[in-house]
Amino acid sequence: MRTFLSRYLFSTDHKTIGIQYFVLSVLAGFVGLALSVVMRIHLSYPEAKIRLFEILWPNGAPGGVMTPELYLALLTMHGTIMAFFLLTTVPLGGFGNYFLPIQIGAHDMALPRLNMLSFWTTFLSFLVLLAAFFVEGGAPLSGWTAYPPLSAAGPIAGPGQGTGQTLWIVSIAIFCLASLFGSINFITTTLEMRVKGMSLFRMPLTVWAWFITALISLFAFAVLMAAGILLLLDREAGTSFFLPTGLLINDRALPNQGGTPLLWQHLFWFFGHPEVYIAVLPGMGIVSTILANFARKPVFGYKPMVWAMLAIAGLGFIVWGHHMFISGMNPYSSLAFSVLTLTIGVPSAIKTFNWLGTLWGGRIQLTTAMLFSLGFVSVFVTGGLTGIILGQPSLDIYFHDTYFVVGHFHMIMGVASVFAMFAATFYWFPRMFGRMLNEKLGRVHFYITFLGVYGIFIPMHFAGLAGNPRRYADFTQFEFLQDLTILHKFSSHCAFTTAAVQLLFLANLIYSYRRGPLAKDNPWNATTLEWLNKTPDAVHCGAYEYSVPGDTKDFRMQHEEAR
Amino acid sequence: MTPTPHVHPPSPPGQHRRASFTALYAGMASIIMLFGAFTSAMVVRRGASKDWRGTPAPQLLWVNTAVLAASSVVAERARRHLRNNDRVHFNYWWSGATLLGAGFIAAQGLLWRRLVDAGVYLNSNPGSAFFYIGTVAHALHLFGVWLWMFYLWTKAVRLQLGPSRRTGVDVCTVFWHFLGVLWLYLMFLFIYWGNR
Ligand code: HEM
Ligand SMILES: [Cu+2]
Repeated sequence: MRTFLSRYLFSTDHKTIGIQYFVLSVLAGFVGLALSVVMRIHLSYPEAKIRLFEILWPNGAPGGVMTPELYLALLTMHGTIMAFFLLTTVPLGGFGNYFLPIQIGAHDMALPRLNMLSFWTTFLSFLVLLAAFFVEGGAPLSGWTAYPPLSAAGPIAGPGQGTGQTLWIVSIAIFCLASLFGSINFITTTLEMRVKGMSLFRMPLTVWAWFITALISLFAFAVLMAAGILLLLDREAGTSFFLPTGLLINDRALPNQGGTPLLWQHLFWFFGHPEVYIAVLPGMGIVSTILANFARKPVFGYKPMVWAMLAIAGLGFIVWGHHMFISGMNPYSSLAFSVLTLTIGVPSAIKTFNWLGTLWGGRIQLTTAMLFSLGFVSVFVTGGLTGIILGQPSLDIYFHDTYFVVGHFHMIMGVASVFAMFAATFYWFPRMFGRMLNEKLGRVHFYITFLGVYGIFIPMHFAGLAGNPRRYADFTQFEFLQDLTILHKFSSHCAFTTAAVQLLFLANLIYSYRRGPLAKDNPWNATTLEWLNKTPDAVHCGAYEYSVPGDTKDFRMQHEEAR
Repeated sequence: MTPTPHVHPPSPPGQHRRASFTALYAGMASIIMLFGAFTSAMVVRRGASKDWRGTPAPQLLWVNTAVLAASSVVAERARRHLRNNDRVHFNYWWSGATLLGAGFIAAQGLLWRRLVDAGVYLNSNPGSAFFYIGTVAHALHLFGVWLWMFYLWTKAVRLQLGPSRRTGVDVCTVFWHFLGVLWLYLMFLFIYWGNR
């Protein structure tokens, strides 16, 4: 019993903790996915009476028809679970924990006990969030951005704005703590635990990505923490940071005076924009590695790749205003934020060109991991281009809060990171569990998912062009949206299909974990240290020595000396 | 869940010490961001309306500041004794620092009491709100480090520390200094800037 607890539950081993993060987040991901399916059902068939809804939410769906409030609650939980417990957790906490130490030749993270603490605080935070579903009034309605006054006014603002919203804030504050612990560990490990010869510019791009992501979270989550504390006090202690004077909600005047909701927007987005890079940077590292491996070529422009990530991280902290173009900012600040935002396009383009350069002339092997990596590049470009449109205040005044934005950020943040996770799972599963995932199932999973996400999100861009607002529970109530019903139906049906195919992935995980073919030591002929079953004494070359002229085999592992 | 076993050589000397300091600096960076966020929120909130009131500075505040400063000086002396393998003096000075640290925390409690008795509440006005938030956040961090200080003290009295086992004491002391400087910053913010 004792050994069971210390080995599997309260383990300080980075591999076990990595798997714990992975399992927790996959669970969270499926919860988030289920919520989105429920939302899409409601959007396409707002009047349908659905027994299951009534059973699940007797108050939120009387007679099986969802109330707008329930819709918003599901929306909030979907966004929060996906953004925090999937996109922030799998790439860094899951894969980062498992692979960062062994990729730099360390035997564990620098602070193993802190590492365990990070995982369990994350877990606690998730439980607190889920609890919001079960308390009186249910989950909060204010979206993953929790804008006040709605989020600050308390129970009079609607169901879910009482205990539900409080739990949401507490959960996020705990999550901030967990992320801060995690970042400290990743930064320290990368800087101090590298094996002899592993200079910074010999590190795999995955390690660079995790390291930079940890730097971003160290700075960003501290600010979200501060914002969360202020919001909590506005709700529970009668302060007025975000609540303005003379606010009237449901015919009742609030006593608060003198606050400004804009303050929250500044604090939130100072965290929020970097957060999107926290989600996507690890994916960039993983994809760079996988593209090189399955093209049997070194990463094209390794150093520019590193500098581009650093540039993205730095610029990411000074563009938050692009979320506030219509919040009543000085137009000159809009201009500045716009220029800075468009500047991020440059390092992003550098990365894209280098990925294409890596593929150019390679001997491409279309494994499932490779397919998902190619899919990543595709959706990253699609989402990046619409980002350039949104980055211009004149256009964003129209597009803000429409489905165009929903399409944009799902492509670039949601789908891109998720594709990177799939790629990483197929690539590293043999190292983590000693067996191969089924490639045939993998391919079916990839092709349907790839077409599926385009089918879901491209129509949303058009809905946005037509002025379709986001965060509405029922479009059929509006004359001007009638014509878009068909678009939404199409999107929803793509969503149902895509969601169903994810069960195939789950089945593949479970089946292959038990029955998959046993993996060879280095099944992909990769160059990085995680494929070595011991910690090397030193490394002698960079991370991507594929097809070196004169070598007997087409890859040279980092610990091998040149012959 | 049985990943292939990983064989590894022992870590090189000094790695643990360097790693501890790096972790400390990373932690300090995030604390700076936390208080930076509070500061900018405070500046914005003060500018947003005319309801700002400065926080009064009771005498006790200066006493507390002096106690904290003294604890830092004493901890610093302690750590030098440890480095020179003078464990007896280290124990004296470290005990002193631990006591002074506890004194500061207790006196902070007293300070908050005084303010509450004088009618300065968390929700009185933005000035008082930020004062409580800042000082409580500071005190929580300080208390955390103090617990560690105390733990090191229990090791010290059992003579389990020495020149080659002093990383904990060094990191703890530097952290303590950092929180001292943070306190001075908060004083500047609330007492000087806040009452201007
Ligand atoms: C590379 C990773 C990127 C990610 C993960 C990402 C993610 C997001 C997210 C989550 C939103 C949602 C805002 C909301 O909830 O209202 C958003 C909006 C926005 N994004 Fe991106 N983005 C990325 C890149 C870009 C780029 C390259 C640009 C511009 C060149 C850009 C420009 C914008 C703008 C201007 C908005 C605000 C739109 C509005 O609020 O109306 N993004 N992005
Ligand atoms: Cu942004």
